[in-house]
Amino acid sequence: MQGAGLALLLLLLGACSGVQTPLDPMGEQAGRIALISWVLFIGGTVIFLLVMGLLSFALLAPARVRAAMASRRFVIGGGILFPAVTLVVLLAWSLGISRALVLPGAEAPLRIEVIGRQFWWEVRYPDSGEGAVTANEIHLPVGREVELHLSSGDVIHSLWLPNLHGKMDMIPGRVNVQRLRADGPAVLRGQCTEFCGVQHSLMAFWAVAVPEAEFEAWLLRQRTPVAPPATPELAHGMAVFGEAGCGACHTVRGTEWQGRLGPDLSRVGSRLSLAAGVLDNHRGTLAGWIAGAQDIKPGNAMPAYGRTLDGPELLALAAWLESLK
Amino acid sequence: MSVTPNALPRPEGELEALRAVWRQPPGWRAVSEVNNGLVGPLFVATALLFFLLAGLLGLVIRAQLAFPGLQIVDAATYNQVFTMHGTVMMFLFAVPAVEAVAVALLPAMLGARELPFPRLGAFSFLIYLVGGLIFYAGIFFGIAPDGGWFMYPPLTGKAYSPGINTDMYLLGIGFIEISAIAGAIELIVGVLRCRAPGMTLGRMPIYGWAILVFGTMVIFAFPAVIVASTLLELERAFDWPFFLPERGGDPLLWQHLFWFFGHPEVYVIFLPAAGMVSMIVPTMARAKLVGHALVVVALVGTGFLSFGLWVHHMYTTGIPPLSLSFFAAAGFAVSIPSGLQVFAWIATFASAPGRIRFHTPALFVLGFLFIFTMGGLTGVMVSVTPFDWQAHDTYFVVAHLHYVLIGGMVFPLFAALYYWAPTVGTALSERLGRTAFWLLFLGTNLTFFPMHISGFLGMPRRIYTYPTGFGLELWNLLSSLGAAMFAAGAAVLLFDVAKNFRMGNQEDPQPNPWDAGTLEWVKGPAYGLRSIPLVSDRYPLWSNPALKREIEAGAHFLPFAATGRREALVTSTAEATPLYIAYVSGPGWWHVLAAVGTAFFFLSLVAPLPIPAVLFGLLALVGFIGWLWTGSDHGPVGPERVDIGGGIVLPTHATGPVTTSWWAMVCLMLVSGTAYACLLGSYLFLWLVNGDGMWPPPGQCVPVAGWGLGALVLYGAAALAMTCVGRWLGDGSGRAHRLALLAAMALLVAGLAADGWALWQGPVRPTLHAYGASAWAIFAWQGFHGAVALLMGGYTLARSLTGRLGGQRRLTLDNTRLFWLYTTGQGSLGLLLLHGFPRLLG
Repeated sequence: MQGAGLALLLLLLGACSGVQTPLDPMGEQAGRIALISWVLFIGGTVIFLLVMGLLSFALLAPARVRAAMASRRFVIGGGILFPAVTLVVLLAWSLGISRALVLPGAEAPLRIEVIGRQFWWEVRYPDSGEGAVTANEIHLPVGREVELHLSSGDVIHSLWLPNLHGKMDMIPGRVNVQRLRADGPAVLRGQCTEFCGVQHSLMAFWAVAVPEAEFEAWLLRQRTPVAPPATPELAHGMAVFGEAGCGACHTVRGTEWQGRLGPDLSRVGSRLSLAAGVLDNHRGTLAGWIAGAQDIKPGNAMPAYGRTLDGPELLALAAWLESLK
Repeated sequence: MSVTPNALPRPEGELEALRAVWRQPPGWRAVSEVNNGLVGPLFVATALLFFLLAGLLGLVIRAQLAFPGLQIVDAATYNQVFTMHGTVMMFLFAVPAVEAVAVALLPAMLGARELPFPRLGAFSFLIYLVGGLIFYAGIFFGIAPDGGWFMYPPLTGKAYSPGINTDMYLLGIGFIEISAIAGAIELIVGVLRCRAPGMTLGRMPIYGWAILVFGTMVIFAFPAVIVASTLLELERAFDWPFFLPERGGDPLLWQHLFWFFGHPEVYVIFLPAAGMVSMIVPTMARAKLVGHALVVVALVGTGFLSFGLWVHHMYTTGIPPLSLSFFAAAGFAVSIPSGLQVFAWIATFASAPGRIRFHTPALFVLGFLFIFTMGGLTGVMVSVTPFDWQAHDTYFVVAHLHYVLIGGMVFPLFAALYYWAPTVGTALSERLGRTAFWLLFLGTNLTFFPMHISGFLGMPRRIYTYPTGFGLELWNLLSSLGAAMFAAGAAVLLFDVAKNFRMGNQEDPQPNPWDAGTLEWVKGPAYGLRSIPLVSDRYPLWSNPALKREIEAGAHFLPFAATGRREALVTSTAEATPLYIAYVSGPGWWHVLAAVGTAFFFLSLVAPLPIPAVLFGLLALVGFIGWLWTGSDHGPVGPERVDIGGGIVLPTHATGPVTTSWWAMVCLMLVSGTAYACLLGSYLFLWLVNGDGMWPPPGQCVPVAGWGLGALVLYGAAALAMTCVGRWLGDGSGRAHRLALLAAMALLVAGLAADGWALWQGPVRPTLHAYGASAWAIFAWQGFHGAVALLMGGYTLARSLTGRLGGQRRLTLDNTRLFWLYTTGQGSLGLLLLHGFPRLLG
């Protein structure tokens, strides 16, 4: 039993570094929680083994020996005093840590608004000039405190970026605030953790922590209007975008298209994924997604254009979108 | 042989007469039987059927998640599958199962012939069976609920869930809750009033305590979910905005109401199971339970504390940390009584005088201790707020809740099945039982232990697929293999039951294979105990080894059918002093009609088919009225007083607060009162969310004071008139009380009209803003009670006009009066809030 437990623990330790786990903390908040977690895991294991040991003793020891346990005093000691003391200590310690996690942190944190929508994330940087908008990807500067303002455009979602912090719900009519900080450059995955409808499973995002200067450059790039298409193929793609009516739902900064129902596509080519973490992002997947959005993620709001657009049109459109970096 | 109250041998024909009274109708007419000896086991079997059905859905989930990217069912179907798995397990298996075991076992354990309201028990079983099966069938038509078993709006609101899937849940589950509440009332009154003489609360078996706490928790917890379902259904059907923020509603209102029910629900399921364990452990150890009084305190304490924990499920909603720390402390506190019970069982094992017998029931109890302890420890972990921010809504929580529920409820239930099968029918196989145990035990751990890990590797719950490359593959595959193993164990267990279990097919006298110490082991076929002993300690069969033989020979109290009908001995609450002999109903068809009508009424509402709904509603009403008319308030029948033995002479009829029906009505008022408190609480919560300036919002006003004041006076007058009916009942021709009754009804109608008119004239409108919606919801609840009160008034009048009401025969009026006073009191309180509160805000 103990050997198996130890082997399991080692396996777990080996498995616990990753891009979406609380046990591989990349920031102060997640680090504190990871510490609590390990204390709880180890303490829980010890208490579990202790109780099972007592039970085995009560079952198997000679009647003479085990009779010592057969008293109210044993019940009061093991069932009331021991847990009361342990739990009071645990409570005091964990409340201290909870407090540290919610106390106001650094002055002037970077404010980022994240709005949950069925089934993607709108991400806004309201403090940078006229503001920048992106989707399904949160960029943050390393070492600077970030304040996430979480809200919802439809139903309840929950933002979980476990390597940086615990989850926080996005509730219609409310704005929840979460502070977190990435202590080193990283590409981390997050996911929606409140069941939000048919495609709840396919609602992920990437968080990209980069050095401050790189972050500022990225932010500037997001705010810059897109340049006119450089080649005839790209121009064709842009025309297809207009003819297919994509602009009714999507914004492309610097064009007439200012739709708000779907993700802002101004810099879609620079993102790590498509369809909220479902597909890698390149020309092929862009064309595939536009053609078969309802096969890849049935029930999401993006219609499938596989029938309305022909091959060359799809490829041109994908090429133009890919060029929006 | 000790001195017994009745001399042996018993007269010729006495036993035959008793048997004849309790005989089950033959053949298919057994459907009309209400005796707990038949209904209880059928109830258990139905619960096991739903365990199987919900378990199959669990297997679909594990099949889909065995490998990343599998699509055995599509996303929409998967969402229905996991929603139904949780919903059916919680509402159609767990709660009914613990209630079913209580119906089957409790009367004999308490030394009672029957529970006080057999037809109510049979009714709640039937609506559960019919309604549950139809509800489950929804999955085959794609109309099963798909919002997760806690159904958070706005996802479940009309805008995002336009189909009838959500209505299936709201109406289907809502009415199954009614079944649970009806059963709980029967069990509470049974525990408090139908114990054998001398079985004081201190001598009552732990299981009786567990059921008492269970029933009380049902009464105070379940109304919250009924209110929540009603509000969401009102929002969906009539556009009353309770949960829509753009019109002053708040999605969190649902979560507060739901979890105010949902957290106690866990203990509602666990406490009766813990009670079973506290009965089985002493028998297996052949030693009395160590720390009996402490365990009782633990049960009651858990009941209280569990109502302070609902915010545990809402740690991530952004509630201020100060309140979270309060709930974290409450979460820690509630783990102490559970730990205390674990130590009491360990100490009881330790006090075994000889070797402990590891029969199948003991194995399941040990499996329970292993699994439940682990689930309890992870429960402490998720009470730690920052830890929960990470663990919440991941597979870690899935692991935790399955450890708690399978450990805390399923294993004790299976232990109970193997332990008590011989009291209900034939014994199960020891060999198959062991096989089932090991498959189930290893299967549970193999399925659910890896989920702790997959959760901490970032796997959220309720996802129909997951990507490769995050280290989730191995743990999910292990879980799926474990599920297959668990399924094999369940199959062996069901095979054992099908092969070896036969109802009532027992020898006379009934065997006591484990040499247990409590009274359920002297149970007879249908009438419970042949005679009812004077109980003088907690393990009567151990302290007096001759007792079983004496009881079965009829040497103790009431070895006959005193009035020639089915009857129960009613005793006082604390000391169990015999008070009177109560009539309990026998077989009948009216409650069957009422059950079928009720079940189809709710299902027609879901469809929605208004005309069939009305027809079935009327059918149910006919059933209820027929049931009451023919089956209750018979007045004195047979000999007025009966010597039950030992010189104790008891009346065969009683009225007033001493009767079981009075107690049941008080329980019902507690249920209604709790629901009403939830509605008032919702009103105040929505005010808090909106702020003073929006209460009332622009365009809406405070209800008109004049009409409100009028309603208050009219409610008072209606209550006064009803009090007069009671006073004048015995006098003369009966004209006076009938006139007073008519006056009371007229005053109540006028009061309700003034109450509603005050709102309408305000103006207060239900669809514009949460202010109006919550005010009208309070009034609607009052209106519903008013309608029921008027129905009861009319029924009472009919009883009076047909000569079925008088100074002695007055249970009908007593119940109507209680409900009347409650309704008028409730209405007055509502008026004070709706008129006074917004004016206080200025």
